[in-house]
Amino acid sequence: MSLYQILFYVFASVAVIAAIRVVTVRNPVHAALFLVLTFFSTALVWVLMEAEFLGIVLLLVYVGAVMVLFLFVVMMLDVNIAPLREGFIKNLPVGVFVALVMIVELALILGPASFGLDIYPPPEPAAAQTGNTLAIGQVLYTKFVYPFEIAAFILLVAIVAAIALAHRRRPGVHYQDIDAQVRVRATDRVRIARFDDDKTRRGDIAGDSNANQDEKKP
Amino acid sequence: MITEWLSPVIGWMSPAWQYLVVHVLLTLVIMMPIIVSVAYLTLAERKVIGYMHVRIGPNRVGPRGLFQPFADVFKLMFKEVITPTVANKFIFYLAPILILVAALVAWAVIPFDDGWVLADINAGLLYVLAIGAAGVYGVILAGWASNSKYALLGGMRSAAHKVAYELAMGFALVGVLMASGSLNLSEIVRGQEGSILHWYWLPLLPMFVVYFVSGVAETNRAPFDISEGESEIVAGFHVEYSGMAFALFMLAEYASMILISALAAVMFLGGWLSPFQGTFLEPVFAFVPGIVWFLVKISFLLFVFIWFRATFPRFRYDQIMRLGWKVFIPVTILWIAVEGVFHYFQVGPWF
Repeated sequence: MSLYQILFYVFASVAVIAAIRVVTVRNPVHAALFLVLTFFSTALVWVLMEAEFLGIVLLLVYVGAVMVLFLFVVMMLDVNIAPLREGFIKNLPVGVFVALVMIVELALILGPASFGLDIYPPPEPAAAQTGNTLAIGQVLYTKFVYPFEIAAFILLVAIVAAIALAHRRRPGVHYQDIDAQVRVRATDRVRIARFDDDKTRRGDIAGDSNANQDEKKP
Repeated sequence: MITEWLSPVIGWMSPAWQYLVVHVLLTLVIMMPIIVSVAYLTLAERKVIGYMHVRIGPNRVGPRGLFQPFADVFKLMFKEVITPTVANKFIFYLAPILILVAALVAWAVIPFDDGWVLADINAGLLYVLAIGAAGVYGVILAGWASNSKYALLGGMRSAAHKVAYELAMGFALVGVLMASGSLNLSEIVRGQEGSILHWYWLPLLPMFVVYFVSGVAETNRAPFDISEGESEIVAGFHVEYSGMAFALFMLAEYASMILISALAAVMFLGGWLSPFQGTFLEPVFAFVPGIVWFLVKISFLLFVFIWFRATFPRFRYDQIMRLGWKVFIPVTILWIAVEGVFHYFQVGPWF
C-alpha cells in the first residue's frame, strides 16, 4: 500500500467515524465538533485528489464560518440534552428504513454498472504546477457562467428573504444611531463658560439665555 | 540544498526518510526563532507601552530588564494548572493547543526570502485563510469548555466578531489576488518587484488598512479585545486557565500577531524586496539580505500593533460589529470593483 492509499484510508475512516458520532453523541456541542472533524477529513481527502481549491474552500466556508455560527447558536440555546434523546428507539425503525432506501438508491446509481473503472478510468494525475484554482476559474466564468450566476442569484434571494423576515421596526425599541454618535463634537455637548468677575458673570447669565434662544431658532 | 549539505549524516536513509528529516529540521529552524521572538515581543510590548506612558517598564531582571521574558515563562511553567471541576476536560485542554497550532502551521507557506519557504504550494493564500478560519475554534471552545459565565461570554463575543472580520480579511485577500494574479505567496512578492512604489500597498491602500485592522481584530488585540475585556468580563475566554495552559494562549496570541504582520508584509509591503530597488540607493544597500528587509517590515507592523494598544480605548461590541459589517466589507467590495477597472485599463506598474 502506498503512502497515498494509507493517507486516503486514514482520512476517509476518520470522516466516516466522525460522521457517525455526529448523530450518536449525547452533547450537541460535541456533535457540532464532530461535524467539524468530518468536514476537515473530507477536505483532506479532496486535497489528496488534487482538488486543493475545493478542499480549502470547504474548510474556509464550512469550518470557518458556517460551523462557527452553528456552535454559536448551540452554545447560546443551552439545549437540555435529555429531551433530545427521547424517542430515539421509537424513531429508530423509520430512520433505519430511510437510510436503507437511500443506500439502495445510491448503490443503483453509483454501482459498478454505471461508474465502474472500465467506464470511468481514474483521471491522469495533473502535471505539476497547473493550479486547480486556475482550472476551476477558467471553466466557471466561461462554460458554466450562467449556472454559476443563477446559483449566486438564488443565494442572494435567500439572503434578502432572510433579512426581510427578521428586519422589522418594532415600536418602543430604542436604536442607537452610531453615525450621529461618531459625528458628535465636543461643542455639541459642552459649552465652556468663562467667569472673570461679578460683572461678566451677570453678563454671562444673560448670554446664557441668549444662547438658548439661538439654539431654538433653527 | 540542505539535503546535500546533510548527506554525510543522513545519506544512508531512503529518500522519503531524508525528506522527512530535512523538513522536520527546517520546521524547527522556523519555529525556534518564532518562539524566541514571542518571548521578546512581550518584553518589547511592555517596554514600548511603558515609554509611551512615560514610565520605564520592566527593568529588574537582568540588564535593563532583558531577562524578564524568561522570568515570566518560568513563573508560568511552575504554576499549578487548575481544571475547573465541572469543565469539559478534553475540550478544555484541546482549545489552547488548537489556537497555538493554528498560529504556527500557517508559517509553512511564508516566504522569508527568494526561495526560502518550507512549502511553496500554489494555493498558499487560501491555505493561510483556511488555517486562520480553523483558529477561531480555540477561543470559542475555551470559552465553552471552562463552564464559566464570563468565559462563555468571551467565547460568544469572539465567535461573532471573528466571523465578521474573517470576511473582510478574505475580501482584502481577493484584492491582492486580483493584483498579483497568483495565490502563491512567493509569486505575490515577485509581482511587486520594483521600488517601494511598486508594492501593492499603494494601489490597494484601502485593502491594506482593512486587512491590517482585521488582523488586529482576529488576534484579539486591543482595541478589539472584547473577548478578553478584563474590565467587563474579567479575562473573557481564558479566565479559568492558569499556568502553562494560560501561557499557551499568550504564546498563540503573540505568534499570530507576528504571523499577521508577516502576511501583511508579504502581500502589501513587498516581502523580502528592498524598498530602494530600482533607485540610485540600490547598490548602496545591495549587501543587505532579503530576509533583513522582511524582518524590518514585520517589526514595523508589530510596533504598530503595540502602538494601537497604547493609543486606542477598547471598542464597544456594537461598534465592532458595525465597523466589520457596515464599513469594512462594503469598502473592500467597492475596491474590488475599482480594481477591476484598474485591471481593465492596465493602470500603473501593478496590473
